[in-house]
Amino acid sequence: MKAVCWYGIHDVRTENVPDPIMVSPRDMILRVTSSSVCGSDLHLYDGMVVTMREGDIIGHEFMGEVVEVGKEVHKVKPGDRVIVPSLVACGHCTFCAEGNTSWCDNSNPNAWVLEKMYGQSPAGFFGYSHGFGGYAGCFAEYMRVPQADVGAFKAPAGYTDEQLLFASDAAPTGYQAAEYANIRPGQTVAVWGCGAVGLFAMKSAWLLGAGRVIAIDRVPARLRMAREQCGAEVLNFEQVDVVEALIEMTGGRGPDACIEAVGMEADQGGLEGAYDRVKQTLRLETDRPYALREAIRACRKGGTVVVMGVYAGFVDKFPIGAIFNKGLTIRAGQQHGHHYIPQLLRYVEEGRLDMTFPITHRFSLDEAQTAFELSRKREDDLVRAVFFH
Amino acid sequence: MRDDAQTDTNLGQTERLFSLVGGGLVLLAALRRPSISTLPVALGGGYLLYRGLARQDPVYEALNIRRNDDGGKLLVRRSATINRPRAEVYAFWRNFENLPGFMEHLQSVTVAAEDDRRSHWVTRAPLGQTVEWDAELVEEQAGELLAWRSLPGADVENEGRVEFRDALDGSGTIVDVTLEYRPPLGAPSVVVARLFGEQPWQQVRDDLRRFKQIMEAGEVPTIFAQTSGRLQEVANERARLRGE
Ligand SMILES: NC(=O)c1ccc[n+]([C@@H]2O[C@H](COP(=O)([O-])OP(=O)(O)OC[C@H]3O[C@@H](n4cnc5c(N)ncnc54)[C@H](O)[C@@H]3O)[C@@H](O)[C@H]2O)c1
Ligand SMILES: [Zn+2]
Ligand SMILES: [Zn+2]
Repeated sequence: MKAVCWYGIHDVRTENVPDPIMVSPRDMILRVTSSSVCGSDLHLYDGMVVTMREGDIIGHEFMGEVVEVGKEVHKVKPGDRVIVPSLVACGHCTFCAEGNTSWCDNSNPNAWVLEKMYGQSPAGFFGYSHGFGGYAGCFAEYMRVPQADVGAFKAPAGYTDEQLLFASDAAPTGYQAAEYANIRPGQTVAVWGCGAVGLFAMKSAWLLGAGRVIAIDRVPARLRMAREQCGAEVLNFEQVDVVEALIEMTGGRGPDACIEAVGMEADQGGLEGAYDRVKQTLRLETDRPYALREAIRACRKGGTVVVMGVYAGFVDKFPIGAIFNKGLTIRAGQQHGHHYIPQLLRYVEEGRLDMTFPITHRFSLDEAQTAFELSRKREDDLVRAVFFH
Repeated sequence: MRDDAQTDTNLGQTERLFSLVGGGLVLLAALRRPSISTLPVALGGGYLLYRGLARQDPVYEALNIRRNDDGGKLLVRRSATINRPRAEVYAFWRNFENLPGFMEHLQSVTVAAEDDRRSHWVTRAPLGQTVEWDAELVEEQAGELLAWRSLPGADVENEGRVEFRDALDGSGTIVDVTLEYRPPLGAPSVVVARLFGEQPWQQVRDDLRRFKQIMEAGEVPTIFAQTSGRLQEVANERARLRGE
């Protein structure tokens, strides 16, 4: 079958590889019908994630049609159209039982690697490096999905792939961000990053009662989408001092909740930017945390900072003094897709959530290199690229 | 707990120097070219560096592994929390024939037909060899405690003990495992370490993780034989899966 394999920095290739096989009675084989290039894939593409191997099939946001199930799979059958979260969960450990599936104890075959790094390992992820399990990803015609009874969610009838695809990753991530933000009615929520994750965080903030949403980015097409599709007031971080502007916009207090949806490759000019780039290149710091530093400085006293952008290792100049002296709450983490997908699909069916709008570009798997280059450069007004398989 | 770091280091001077220099170099070399093969090395490097700087090995420390003590006996303690009822967790372990399903170095355990307190253990050793012994259950408190010991004549004298208790917050059953191996008289502890893995404490942790995965998820997660662009590797793994 055809699949997109990672070979190194800015090197992904569409190749012919063997078809997936089932190895457990809890597995299913899925014919992937659509998938999307997430901001997390760009971290892989830029070589920011260690433990990748040449030839790894990448991709983790997807949906498709079930073609084969093992004998322990009871909830889905061949022919079903399903959405699958970007991670694998066992459904039975204490974390899965409470809905925190990205903390699953039992789904990362290489848990020992991340235990060495983080103390404990999160769940295994599709197409996201061997430290996170090494599971083959979704930029392929077919894929193996372990623990299918836990991970497959039936697609509601009458909706296209485009209307449902982001329920796999970007939408639950944004929704979780807003939920973690602990929004009380009328409060102000600021969101750094107007990629799909940030945009869904904005939509979700409204659903959860925000009174005001402010979006921060520098790409005009994305700021326009935040304003027009997500009802946000927008700030271009290249044109204003973001922290000053936010404090002024909120009567001198700062936003009640600050959501960081940018991650470890944040952009920043000037001296601070050069400083972190040098450190990151020398691996003295693995992540560039500009947006995170700003979110912490801007946030009101006693407010909540939610880190939804991906971080991998260590950052420098982390403003712990601001966190401490303002009594901030920090919440972070990978998305617990299994927990949020049913709720998000209900919102879609009730007509309260449109998940289609971030899609700006459509590609075939053969055009993967182009899709990745455009996504990385954020050119041609691209917000999200989708593969139709 | 520790009042004199000077006298209380459990690493020798040479080992410490090696840790410092080696750790730094390994870490740098590994980070230069990130890949799967280098990450564990990088992490290991960071750990070595830490160990050199800290003058004592936190792993040895936590697990009470002391080199050159007690004729080279090897003692490993590990703990895990299993989200299943205590009786069920106990029952699974009580059938020693289940152990090779999650203890990697075990090839088989056969419980004697006439007496279920006696069993025969076969472990994998380097160079395709095996090490074997007979063991007997020496303590058994249903749902709470299991202890076994090798019988005289074992290749490697050893004993094991598992305590089962309820987690206070209702998150399942905590199992505390203690394994102890005593090499034949005079054999250096290194020999035992080779037998039970280069890092016995890591191995027992991995064993317990697999135990938890089987009890909770019904399977040990794997990516073995999955597809990728590494065509030869896929072919080799699939051949092994078919038993070729
Ligand atoms: N927590 C999770 O489970 C989860 C899930 C999916 C994605 N993610 C992460 O969320 C982040 C965003 O994902 P995405 O798909 O929206 O990515 P994206 O690359 O499309 O969007 C990131 C946006 O941030 C903007 N940006 C860069 N520097 C900035 C700065 N200093 N201030 C404000 N904005 C800045 C960029 O211009 C871009 O529009 C990534 O780090 C991704 O890895 C996390
Ligand atoms: Zn993602
Ligand atoms: Zn789980």
